[in-house]
Amino acid sequence: MAGQAAHGEHEDHPTGWRRYVYSTNHKDIGTMYLIFAIVAGIVGGALSVGMRMELQEPGMQIFSNPHTFNVFTTAHGLIMIFFMVMPAMIGGYGNWFVPLMIGAPDMAFPRMNNISFWLLPSAFALLILSLFFEGPAGNYGVGGGWTVYAPLSTSGQPGPAMDFAILALHIAGASSILGAINFITTILNMRAPGMTLHKMPLFVWSVLVTAFLLLLSLPVLAGGITMLLTDRNFGTSFFDPAGGGDPILFQHLFWFFGHPEVYILILPGFGIVSQVISTFSRKPVFGYLGMAYAMVAIGVVGFVVWAHHMYTVGLDVDTQAYFVAATMVIAVPTGVKIFSWIATMWGGSLEFRAPMLFAIGFIFLFTLGGVTGVVLSNAGVDRSYHDTYYVVAHFHYVLSLGAVFAIFSAWYYWFPKMFGYMYSETIAKVHFWMMFIGVNMLFMPMHFLGRAGMPRRYVDYPEAFAGWNMVASYGSYLSAFSVFIFLGCVAHAFAKKEKASANPWGEGANTLEWTLSSPPPFHQFSDLPRIEEDASH
Amino acid sequence: MALQENTFSQARSGRMIVTICLGVVFGMAGLSYASVPLYKLFCQVTGYGGTTQTADIAPDVILDREMTIRFDANTTRGLAWEFEPGHGPMTVKVGETNLAYYQAHNPTDKPITGMAIFNVTPQEAGYYFTKIECFCFTEQTLAPGETVDMPVSFFIDPEIAEEPNLDSVKTITLSYTFYPKEHTVASAGN
Repeated sequence: MAGQAAHGEHEDHPTGWRRYVYSTNHKDIGTMYLIFAIVAGIVGGALSVGMRMELQEPGMQIFSNPHTFNVFTTAHGLIMIFFMVMPAMIGGYGNWFVPLMIGAPDMAFPRMNNISFWLLPSAFALLILSLFFEGPAGNYGVGGGWTVYAPLSTSGQPGPAMDFAILALHIAGASSILGAINFITTILNMRAPGMTLHKMPLFVWSVLVTAFLLLLSLPVLAGGITMLLTDRNFGTSFFDPAGGGDPILFQHLFWFFGHPEVYILILPGFGIVSQVISTFSRKPVFGYLGMAYAMVAIGVVGFVVWAHHMYTVGLDVDTQAYFVAATMVIAVPTGVKIFSWIATMWGGSLEFRAPMLFAIGFIFLFTLGGVTGVVLSNAGVDRSYHDTYYVVAHFHYVLSLGAVFAIFSAWYYWFPKMFGYMYSETIAKVHFWMMFIGVNMLFMPMHFLGRAGMPRRYVDYPEAFAGWNMVASYGSYLSAFSVFIFLGCVAHAFAKKEKASANPWGEGANTLEWTLSSPPPFHQFSDLPRIEEDASH
Repeated sequence: MALQENTFSQARSGRMIVTICLGVVFGMAGLSYASVPLYKLFCQVTGYGGTTQTADIAPDVILDREMTIRFDANTTRGLAWEFEPGHGPMTVKVGETNLAYYQAHNPTDKPITGMAIFNVTPQEAGYYFTKIECFCFTEQTLAPGETVDMPVSFFIDPEIAEEPNLDSVKTITLSYTFYPKEHTVASAGN
């Protein structure tokens, strides 16, 4: 007790490897999440460049075995979802800024926070290991797509690779569930005096909604893939018709998780973009309550639309009609958000710094992806677009361009706060423009390819698709090159060590993290801040 | 003092939130397993996925609406039977009870037990395709070299007339797939 009473700045500040491996500090854990996400993103990105190199021309160029191509698509999807976007958005920025923004000294369960993080590298290691074990007889790795549909993932890939991938998902899921519990407790329980729910910054709102989605959806995935595991190894037949099971049940379970999962990936991005747009427009967010409850609405409706991924499994017409209508309803709260962002900028004193460019890029690209989403939500149209490159273009516009642009926006927005150094605005802007042109060159042609009927997940294609595939491949090289510029920008900032002030963005940045020094002290808010009545968001 | 009290009540409500969260997690995991029997029940009740219905007695109405029933037979890998429909398509009246048969032959010198699963296409018709008696209700064992006729007695429920989505349906395909029962496969392999 005496030791705890003597709380000082320098007390309980481990150094060296202990500071990170044993860390219970939300900022250090957040930094580790971000570094992990960057590493995983580079691995996942390298896999996608491999795929684009293969698809640049018709015929088999770099893959001699078509299964290996499918292993690449599968690993690319799983890594980007579970080991890049989720760790960056929720683990990284969530850990760093949720406690700072609500005026809390740390997360509610700092040691649980530590295990949440360290489960993730072990899960990643299992997934990487799966690439080097036998999947289908005589082939290496899991080639069943990130959706791991039965029976391809059961009788189709008898080797241990699939088991490794399933266990990787289990552990990554456990990590996220623990993290979600931590965020919910922190946000509900540890807000500074005066910080009511309706005064919380929108980023905190977005993490709160995301945490609930994680809590409700991940256990269903865990249940589904546990059934896969027992079907594969212990003679059950949940998904095996020979024993009275049904493979379609797996699709229902998977998408009951999978659809909320895509909102898990994008919602924190909504929060980030709201903070950035408000800061660089020097205005509070337009329609704060509408913005917060739009996210809640998206989260709730996101749980009752899952079968729009499964229009082609033989749902009857009435069921399809319901899922079409429910899916289109999601466009309403999403539209509320898009219009509110535009209304926030309207009449604002705009400053086009790199984070703002990425945020506006996000709005533009996410809206484009949202429009193709409304197209795909039609069961009739989906008959011809199902599993074509049109779908690939759609979800990369909302995720690869939407979510990733939000991640970069947050990176530049909070970089001075997290590391205490200013980044080079010029390099950051070059990064933005190169990436913006690159990803559009990469994914826009996929709409045309999909409309022309090119299916996903094939290593080769007919001559007719050659032109746009070449354009897409060049776009992917340009995007990959922009990643090096991003890394160069980080290296440049750390080499130059230009000190950042507590608030480099001026009066628009009015959330609590900007009241602290850059970087913030190891322990903050030992005297809880008080939030005044008229605090804006 | 005030701060300590605050921390104390925070810790208590923190435990409460964690307990509720864990309850949600285990509840959802439990639901995913509960979905297995629920899904089966759902298919049987609604005819979802072309699941056919069963009945003990034939309906008393016969409508003046004809439908063509086509028959399809499959075996999975690992079952060495020859299995095929006993005849071509049948034209039947809605409501009348019909008898069709399939033929199965065991060319091996071991007895083999199989179990058939079934559905109909279009899948929406499953709710109205009703079986009174079928070889698929039980396991079937074929002695070495044996050939048997396997009967199925069925009718199309006259209620189909009240389903506008099926007005354009003139043909229903009844499909069976025979699976080996695990233990016989093992002994057949020996």
